[in-house]
Amino acid sequence: MHELYEKLKQYYPLGELTEQRNNLAFITLKQEQLRPVLLHLRDKENYTHLVILTAVDWLEDNCFQLTYLLSNRTNATDIGLRLMIPRDNATMESIHDIWPTAATYQRELREMFGIDFPESPRVNEDFILEGWNDIPPYRRDFDTLKFSEETFAQRPGRETKDPAEHMKQKLYPDGA
Amino acid sequence: MAYQPDRSQYPQKKADGSLDIDLTSGKYLKLWQGPQHPGITGNMSVELTVCGDEVVEGITHVGYLHRGFEKLMERRTFIQCFPIVCRICVPEPDFNEYCYAAAVEELAGIEAPEYANWIRTLILEMGRINSYLMYCGGQAGSFGMGVISQWTTYVRDLMLDRFEELTGARIYHMFILPGGVRDRLPEGFAQRMEETLCEIESTMSDVYDTMYCNAVFKKRSVGVGVIDVDLMDSYGVTGPNARAGGVAKDVRKDQPYLVYPELEFEPILGQDSDIYTRADVRRQDLLQSVDLVRQILAKMPKEGALMAKIPSVMHWKIPRGETYVRGECSRGEYGYYLVTDGSGYPRRVNVRGPSYTHAMALLERMIVNLNIADVAGLMVSLHTYPPEIER
Repeated sequence: MHELYEKLKQYYPLGELTEQRNNLAFITLKQEQLRPVLLHLRDKENYTHLVILTAVDWLEDNCFQLTYLLSNRTNATDIGLRLMIPRDNATMESIHDIWPTAATYQRELREMFGIDFPESPRVNEDFILEGWNDIPPYRRDFDTLKFSEETFAQRPGRETKDPAEHMKQKLYPDGA
Repeated sequence: MAYQPDRSQYPQKKADGSLDIDLTSGKYLKLWQGPQHPGITGNMSVELTVCGDEVVEGITHVGYLHRGFEKLMERRTFIQCFPIVCRICVPEPDFNEYCYAAAVEELAGIEAPEYANWIRTLILEMGRINSYLMYCGGQAGSFGMGVISQWTTYVRDLMLDRFEELTGARIYHMFILPGGVRDRLPEGFAQRMEETLCEIESTMSDVYDTMYCNAVFKKRSVGVGVIDVDLMDSYGVTGPNARAGGVAKDVRKDQPYLVYPELEFEPILGQDSDIYTRADVRRQDLLQSVDLVRQILAKMPKEGALMAKIPSVMHWKIPRGETYVRGECSRGEYGYYLVTDGSGYPRRVNVRGPSYTHAMALLERMIVNLNIADVAGLMVSLHTYPPEIER
């Protein structure tokens, strides 16, 4: 994987390389380098299969990490491209013209993380949630507990326990 | 040869590329396929626009099963996620357990013992058999043959008995946990498994005669729902859907995991890429899994460690990192993308189910110009399980 990284580096300014396994590496990229690198990997290096496109919310750094994972069947290797985009007004270029299936991933990211992909087909249509008007729920600052307390009523007569506290008492009854 | 008009340009498109469909013209009708089905496509629906009995547009709608698994896992410790993951796929839950466990082990630097890996492989192959049996019933049901699902449900139940005696549970086994597996094989398990496998083979022989050699089934499935080989990569097609078109995508061979390098098998390939070929590839795959279970029981060591040493699960912190682990489930490539940040909770878990691509972009493309009566057959032939889409 290191060879491929060096080869790519001749053409494109690349960030950090993380070799996770012999056949899996992650490369950090700048936003504007994504399309040329994706096309290079697909057309010249045989990374023809888009495995996943997903996001990670780094709330403390105020950015989203987008991960594009590509797979090459001929040499059984995978490359993950990591991009950091600002969390406020998060927008990214759509790649549905390179992989049509990316439109579904982008629609989900729009709904769950609020990342916009202008030009992506049906990106603003409801995907999984219907009539959602809260902040996008997969963002780290969305509080699931608060949401469920506000939305759903407690069933009467039901005892709730904090799992961590319950296990602590069960495993260490003397408080050791 | 009878005149066949080219339907690919119909209806006409507007300037923005969308279809020019005027519902008030009386030419078109909206029809909902689902979310309840007699087949086994699960709770998803396709919004069809039909002209006569021909589909001109199909839009997949999901969201009937969303429980927010990925988000739930971010607020749970690594071991608390383990009973959640299996619920992402009902008919074949074990791949979630394996992929999650393998991803956690990789980031935590733990290696599962060899004996546990043999049991993991056994469980995965048993799950594959179950999933294919369920599929066979659904595929036959979608073409009006209800009896096949009763036969396959019977033998699937026998396999569930084997699961029950091995794991204590029939559907959600919660057996493959980070570090190894929960228990060893019970006394006399191999013998009882052999009896179950013989029963499955006998039933599949009957299914072959009744379903695969049936003139009506052939007439309705041969040449229908063809996936073009050129679409395989652009639409992320994997598993039997790809193998039926002659593309030998099989993670067990491409990136061998667990003990698959020690087992003898070759990916089952088809040529025609239609509904019938996909059904036949799955039937042969099922029989291959029966053979693999026999190989595993014959080759696996009789004793060994079940669990690697893992830290106290209540205080288990995993250093910052990210990885992707995949396996070949009955529908194609199943994978887990796990990101950790050094805390006691996963930062992000993303599940890659094969249905995500098969049931959305691919189905919406393939459904156009199909007869309404064939829609159910096509949906089942892609072998989709909607919880994988909405996680």
